[in-house]
Amino acid sequence: MLAQYLVSGVTIGAIYALVALGFAIIYNASHVINFAQGEFVMIGGMTSAVCVEAGLALPLAAAAAILVATLVGMLLEKLAVEPARGASVVTLIIITIGASILLRGLATLVWDKKIHSLPAFSGEQPIAIGAATLLPQVLWVLGVSAAAVALLGWFFNRTLTGKAMLAVSHNRLAARLVGISVRRVLLASFALSAALGALAGILIAPISFTSWDVGVMLGLKGFAAAILGGLGSGPGAVVGGLALGLIESLGAGYLSSAYKDVFAFLIILAALVFLPDGLFGRRAAERV
Amino acid sequence: MSVRLLAAALALPFAVFAQEPIRVGAFLSVTGPAAFLGDPEQKTLELYVEKQNAAGGVLGRKLQLVAYDSAGDAEKARGYVKRLIEQDRVDVIIGGSTTGETMAAVPLAEGAGVPFISLAGAVVIIEPVKKWVFKTPHTDRMACEKIFVDMRARGATKAALISGAGGFDRSMRAECLKVAERHGVQIVADESYGAGDTDMTAQLTKIKNTPGVQAVLNCGFGQGPAIVTKNYRQLGIATPFYQSHGVASKQYVKLSGDAAEGVRLPAAALLVADTLPAEDAQKKVVVAYKHEFEKRFNQEVSTFGGHAYDGLMLFVEAVKRAGSTDKAKVRDALEQTRGYMGTAGVVNMSTQDHMGLDLTAFRMLEVRKGDWRLVD
Repeated sequence: MLAQYLVSGVTIGAIYALVALGFAIIYNASHVINFAQGEFVMIGGMTSAVCVEAGLALPLAAAAAILVATLVGMLLEKLAVEPARGASVVTLIIITIGASILLRGLATLVWDKKIHSLPAFSGEQPIAIGAATLLPQVLWVLGVSAAAVALLGWFFNRTLTGKAMLAVSHNRLAARLVGISVRRVLLASFALSAALGALAGILIAPISFTSWDVGVMLGLKGFAAAILGGLGSGPGAVVGGLALGLIESLGAGYLSSAYKDVFAFLIILAALVFLPDGLFGRRAAERV
Repeated sequence: MSVRLLAAALALPFAVFAQEPIRVGAFLSVTGPAAFLGDPEQKTLELYVEKQNAAGGVLGRKLQLVAYDSAGDAEKARGYVKRLIEQDRVDVIIGGSTTGETMAAVPLAEGAGVPFISLAGAVVIIEPVKKWVFKTPHTDRMACEKIFVDMRARGATKAALISGAGGFDRSMRAECLKVAERHGVQIVADESYGAGDTDMTAQLTKIKNTPGVQAVLNCGFGQGPAIVTKNYRQLGIATPFYQSHGVASKQYVKLSGDAAEGVRLPAAALLVADTLPAEDAQKKVVVAYKHEFEKRFNQEVSTFGGHAYDGLMLFVEAVKRAGSTDKAKVRDALEQTRGYMGTAGVVNMSTQDHMGLDLTAFRMLEVRKGDWRLVD
């Protein structure tokens, strides 16, 4: 029983982790929590599902989905966030909430209100691990999450663009003074996190399906995972996501499934109170 | 022939326009979370009002549809129903795609004395009986009963429930818990999952390890049941698995894929219209409705649209029998509906029963090779 609960927790957690990663990137560059992150996940899932239904091969459909979401992310930055660049972070966050509602509405118009699915990448034959079983797709989710974290780590620490993005997150004015275009960094961060969100949407569509409103709950849980792991930290997002998934499945298994979400959100509340920077977050020092 | 048709076409408008149209008011969740209900309902009403008018209307009068989109919002529903009664002065109100919207409209229809035919599922709409309120869809309770009868027939007396968090899911779960004992079924596990949950293996593992479970029933709606079905197969649970009528659509089978093989669920005859035996009394009406709807809108027929068809037809029949649109007379005629064959089954209303359906309205289906098969 325990083995299956752990495997279930990892399955759910891997999905949350991927969504949480998207939050981390935009937060890093702008200190904005992008509440439209769940919608990027939805756009990725829906575009790929609709493309596959139209007869496109899966890799092509996935590429198209990532492209579409990236464009939407850039448009969101250009049309909604950039015009309000002088505004406070809270205003920007509210803008992203508005954008998420708009994107959901558009999705029902562009596509439909039905639930879509994507074929699993490598079959649906469950893999037995001891007494527990696991879908092959979960390995895809886990593998891609790990690869994404590694790539992002390399990107932020080893490339000039990545370092520029980090610099902007640390001190916007100083970054501008050394010649970094803050505008381009913001645009890049939205593009990157939209692409990542879309990737998450594509990977999880075979497990949990996709529809126009799938982003709401995924966004919320992904946000919770990001908070738990420490906002802005890549490894933190993954650990936070997995921890959240495990709490949910163990809670449902050993306590009560009716209060599964309650345990998850209680832990997050506790984390916010006792560990406000999350498990991996950098402690924000006030300098006098 | 063509001359006569032409003459009829020319004469008809004058004959019809001579009198006030019969106003059919509707409030439906055409957009919003319950759009999958309201969308086919509205399309059905438009289609059949048009067909009735093309066939000369009712009592020589045209039907006029006044429809509002209440978007799944009870507060909006109340506002629109008020407008239907006071401003549009309709002869009948059809709608309330959801139970919440319906219940918000009940006091208004009762107060104004307007026949009100609801298209929502819950038992509370007609229990206790309300003078002016009728409904066309079968209830959750009937679905539970149909399932428990089938479980018993397969020798299962101990069942596990796994339910979602939505309104439909919770209402069905409550009804099933209520009637289980009466049908000799003991509920030994009662698990739930949240809206938007992506994996239910934890809950199913718990059920799998509960001693004595002989059958599992998923009270759910939306994508949840398809995920539960996939997880059920992933865990290799072998006990008979039941879904509710909430997922009685091809979409469920498509989403669940091979995992849906052998799953049983109760559904309206409409879903298996073409596979019904020719001697089935319901075949004619469901096949006709299905083909009309699919030809016109190029989308798969749903039972929800069928509820709207039944609602409109019950009203039309009642007006014909009453010989007028006098609200009290139409209400009485509605209550006296006997042997009306609709898409939901045969309707026999009475002063005690404002729905008039019995368990034969549901057919037990089993998924076989990606399609439905009647279990009998």
